[in-house]
Amino acid sequence: MKKILGIMALLVIAAGIFMATTTSSSSSLGEGLAVGDIAPDFSLKNIDGSMVSLASYEEAKGFIVIFTCNTCPYAVMYEDRMIALHNKYVDKGYPIIAINPNDPSIKSGDSYEKMQERAEEKAFPFAYVFDSKQEVFPAYGATKTPHVYLLDKNRTVQYIGAIDNNARDEEAVSTRYVEDAIDDLIAGKQPAVTFTKAIGCSIKYKKG
Amino acid sequence: MRLLVIVLLFGILLLSCNSPMPTTKNLTTKEKPSTTTNLTKTVADGMPPIYEHFDDLAYIFQQQTDTTYIINFWATWCKPCVEELPYFEQLTKKYQGQKVKVILVSLDFKKQLETKLVPFLKEHQIQSEVLVLLDPDANAWVDQVDPSWSGAIPITLVYKNKERAFYEESFEDYAALEKIVQPFIK
Repeated sequence: MKKILGIMALLVIAAGIFMATTTSSSSSLGEGLAVGDIAPDFSLKNIDGSMVSLASYEEAKGFIVIFTCNTCPYAVMYEDRMIALHNKYVDKGYPIIAINPNDPSIKSGDSYEKMQERAEEKAFPFAYVFDSKQEVFPAYGATKTPHVYLLDKNRTVQYIGAIDNNARDEEAVSTRYVEDAIDDLIAGKQPAVTFTKAIGCSIKYKKG
Repeated sequence: MRLLVIVLLFGILLLSCNSPMPTTKNLTTKEKPSTTTNLTKTVADGMPPIYEHFDDLAYIFQQQTDTTYIINFWATWCKPCVEELPYFEQLTKKYQGQKVKVILVSLDFKKQLETKLVPFLKEHQIQSEVLVLLDPDANAWVDQVDPSWSGAIPITLVYKNKERAFYEESFEDYAALEKIVQPFIK
């Protein structure tokens, strides 16, 4: 009961932030989440038609929530690495949950049907869900694709940022931020690096 | 004339080898905005100056003159970027001969410079200065452009000497862009 109330409270706060900022002329939708905050749960439709929430992963020790899409070249460059990341950590309790936050009326290649097509082509082993009401990405504070939020079991944000330090060339990657952060969590430590920045495509939403 | 030959040679070199070319920065390093003509020629010949490392490009954010710089980060694969590009071109044309300089920093991928970027610049007859930044370690340089930048493109930075304004958004029309530039042009 307490949990439900907590979730509801968070949703109300998230909605409040969303409403407050959409009316301003500010470039970002809101502050979103910072490392240490509790991430709100969500219920979004997966490509297989099922509804996915964080709570539905009963065995999870954490979550690799990645805002991504079909159409952004940076997101596409990371598809294979996302598959590898999921396969490496899912058995350790850290699944990827990929969320497409884009408005398909702006970017038709990011429609639910196109998500299904892409997931099938690439045989995504992880959930690929659609933020169709565009309420989850502002609550998290995601601004671009790809944009990673690593959560622990309690949904506390442990890391925000890039997957690794070289989007353009996987072979030249020298630091794998998400893997390092998960390894730290598994070792019972705080991640050494909790925030990074990367280039990405702006999340597509209608203004005003 | 000699400069034109050098510029042409650079262009040919860039097209032929695509290897790290730190020397390309000489085209603009620490020079005054009067270099526009040379740079426009580089673009006309095809390839704009390529920067492998952000540090070599950092000077474009640090000019201490009375020129207003409008620096836009974009890429041909970025739809909202391409949509707002005509407004930057309009700005370049309208303020020609004045102390206003538009710099379009392309984040196009190395493999697509010849196949996408150069044809795009030709097709749209881009007049503004274009530079290419290839530095992949964005975490090391995004904050140097502006600490509030999340990393999404497009972004636009307007500055004159110490005055700065940063916009992580695209512009609806030319008027919206000119409105944020005008306070700098006195």
